[in-house]
Amino acid sequence: MNLLWLAFTLIGAVLGVLLSARAVDPVMMMHGLLFSIAAVLSAFALISRHYKYIGASLLEDNGSGINYNVDIVKAGVIASTFWGIVGFTVGLVIALQLTFPVLNFDLPWTNFGRLRPLHTSAVIFAFGGNVLIATSFHVVQRTCRTRLAGDIAPWFVFWGYQLFIVLAATGYVLGVTQSKEYAEPEWYVDIWLTLVWVVYLLVFLATLWKRQEKHIYVANWFYLAFIVTIAMLHIVNNLSLPVSFAGVKSYSLFAGVQSALTQWWYGHNAVGFFLTAGFLGIMYYFIPKRANRPVYSYRLSIIHFWALIFLYIWAGPHHLHYTALPDWAQTLGMTFSIMLWMPSWGGMINGLMTLSGVWDKLRTDPVIRFLVASVAFYGMSTFEGPLMSIKAVNALSHYTDWTIGHVHSGALGWVAYISFGALYFLVPVLWKRKSLYSDALVNLHFWISTIGILLYITAMWVSGILQGLMWRAYDSFGFLEYSFSETVEAMHPFYLIRALGGVLFLLGALIMAYNLWRTARGDVREKEKGSLVLNMEMVGAR
Amino acid sequence: MISHKVIEKNSILMLVLTLIVVSIGGLIEISPLFYLESTIEKVKGVRPYSPLELAGRDIYIREGCYNCHSQMIRPLRDEAERYGHYSLAAESMYDHPFQWGSKRTGPDLARVGGRYSDEWHITHLNNPRDVVPESVMPGYPFLAKTPLFIPDIAASLKTNEEVGVPYSEEMIARAKEDLQTQVNPDADDYDGFLERYPKAQVRDFDGNPAMLSEADALIAYLQMLGTLVDFTTYDVDANKR
Amino acid sequence: MDYHAMSHFAQSYGLLYLFGLFIIVLAYALWPRNKEKFDKAARLPLEDE
Repeated sequence: MNLLWLAFTLIGAVLGVLLSARAVDPVMMMHGLLFSIAAVLSAFALISRHYKYIGASLLEDNGSGINYNVDIVKAGVIASTFWGIVGFTVGLVIALQLTFPVLNFDLPWTNFGRLRPLHTSAVIFAFGGNVLIATSFHVVQRTCRTRLAGDIAPWFVFWGYQLFIVLAATGYVLGVTQSKEYAEPEWYVDIWLTLVWVVYLLVFLATLWKRQEKHIYVANWFYLAFIVTIAMLHIVNNLSLPVSFAGVKSYSLFAGVQSALTQWWYGHNAVGFFLTAGFLGIMYYFIPKRANRPVYSYRLSIIHFWALIFLYIWAGPHHLHYTALPDWAQTLGMTFSIMLWMPSWGGMINGLMTLSGVWDKLRTDPVIRFLVASVAFYGMSTFEGPLMSIKAVNALSHYTDWTIGHVHSGALGWVAYISFGALYFLVPVLWKRKSLYSDALVNLHFWISTIGILLYITAMWVSGILQGLMWRAYDSFGFLEYSFSETVEAMHPFYLIRALGGVLFLLGALIMAYNLWRTARGDVREKEKGSLVLNMEMVGAR
Repeated sequence: MISHKVIEKNSILMLVLTLIVVSIGGLIEISPLFYLESTIEKVKGVRPYSPLELAGRDIYIREGCYNCHSQMIRPLRDEAERYGHYSLAAESMYDHPFQWGSKRTGPDLARVGGRYSDEWHITHLNNPRDVVPESVMPGYPFLAKTPLFIPDIAASLKTNEEVGVPYSEEMIARAKEDLQTQVNPDADDYDGFLERYPKAQVRDFDGNPAMLSEADALIAYLQMLGTLVDFTTYDVDANKR
Repeated sequence: MDYHAMSHFAQSYGLLYLFGLFIIVLAYALWPRNKEKFDKAARLPLEDE
């Protein structure tokens, strides 16, 4: 098995060098080399790992009988924290660029158009993706009562995914993009991600196959739906023909209307299955776990699951209201988007009510507060979403900052908060610490970032509606009242407030990184000794 | 009724069911659009991009212009007055992929062609605030200084042809010369070029005839956007969906 | 098959399919006999140390 992986790395190294040598453009030359270097490093890692484990059994007993793969989850936690901070920082930079355009520096590599995809991919795929991979690997092992399948394979998923991030990110900065939002990486990076993703699916499935529990816990359904659907969406939406197999540029198989609908079918379901289904998997495991209570209604979670996946997939066309897309498709998209409100709120109620009977934990446990706030934000943005999919509302909101505000109430409030909650929960468990380093810092993180989010979404809400109204305002003579540039000028104060919100959110994440680092080291804040919320796994029956 | 128990205990079955559920939604919604071509009349005037326009479009994509500029005018009164006739499906039928955009941090560009002079564009790209003081657009001074580099423009056209854009063999064969012809009104093949790409604008776009720059390509693209369809003769009702 | 036939199919049977699926899921989730199993499943994450 080890030799097979070694052979892969060698093939990879040769392929990279070949691509680099025959490249028709400088970026392919660089990416070929980068790929080769990564392959050679993996080969070294494989060899040294082989010698390290010679004679030693991988399956040491940890006392409870099951030797969970903890290292892979640890790596995922570190990567998530790192990419989160990178993604938030780039977000702050582009927010400031919109406020003070001089910060674009008139250079190709630093202009807003190239950095914006860097921000969206860094937060969605680098931060969110790593959180999903790490938590799914943790949850599937725990709820199946078995070690994660595969020895090298999970590490291939982890490092292969980091390589995907680096290839995509360096590509953006150098101007390599397909121009499809949230699917910007070019054809060769897409192929690499497909490969990594298939192995991810296999590791997840193989773990389910060797489970020691009859039932597959609901969180795993959500993870599985996320992995499978993203694979399908990714492959279909990225179908394209490269101009040269030694060059970065490709042209999409689809054009115009077809291209638009395929893209937003992908784009909306990236939200639906990556940022929602996957993170609902987190909700269904980590909230019961942290609250130490079973989920409020398991039945509701089954309905939630099926209703969510069969409604979500239809909602894409609401991104294309009043465009050249046929009207019936727009109406269909709108109808399903509105219906989607029901399973979303079903899920929210299920998450929140899990705390019934232990509401006091909201006060005593700041990690619970993160988890619960995230579900509340989920409820808020899944209410706002259907509202904005109504054609009359969309006529005003589309093309404005309202959309940006909506996305961020979901991304910061729901996705990031549930992730923070999961990370705060995981670090003491994985590093076997009795508690976090500090609960007070978690509390500080919570309030500082909540104020940040509120500043962000209210600023975007006001600026979006304001701009939408200004665009359609008429003066008493029946002429348009405002020129476009006047509406841009009116946005300035709100862009400033939004950037301030971003500063606070980033600051919060830095506080978290510090707290997690101290926790992993085994430190406990002197002042809080004795009052910290304890890690049940360390102080329970054992 | 098949027991859900079976599904819960069989991960492959669950995977397959999930896949069926999610693919049906996409299929039913998207697949009819692939029959559109047979039902929507091709709008007169829409043609494939000239090599220089295509190169400009590639730069438009490279710099991520779509992040802030839409190319899709909605059939709303204020948009018609601000930007012009609403966008037709046919107008983006050769866009692989579409550039409709999703956000207007800057104005819509679907019909920006011919609205401003080439000099305005050069000044604006160099530093937007020189012509629009309120603008928050980044400056792109490097475009006019960078020679246009395309590994193989004929291959670019050929690839577009393979995904469905009706480039003729002649267009592909002459792509490299056509790139130069469009910035040189005195070129030998001026008439042949205009026959291949009707309504294409032929001139030095960036004010520097000594070099074929990235700005030449981008401005050639911007100046043709929305200029192909003649709306004085376009029959709206004949093209209703 | 032309565009109109395709879109008509999508607009009618699409709805029927969805409704059918929803009923099946609802029936399964609320089936009284399944209750005990679900209660057990819900406790899965709490007993995994």
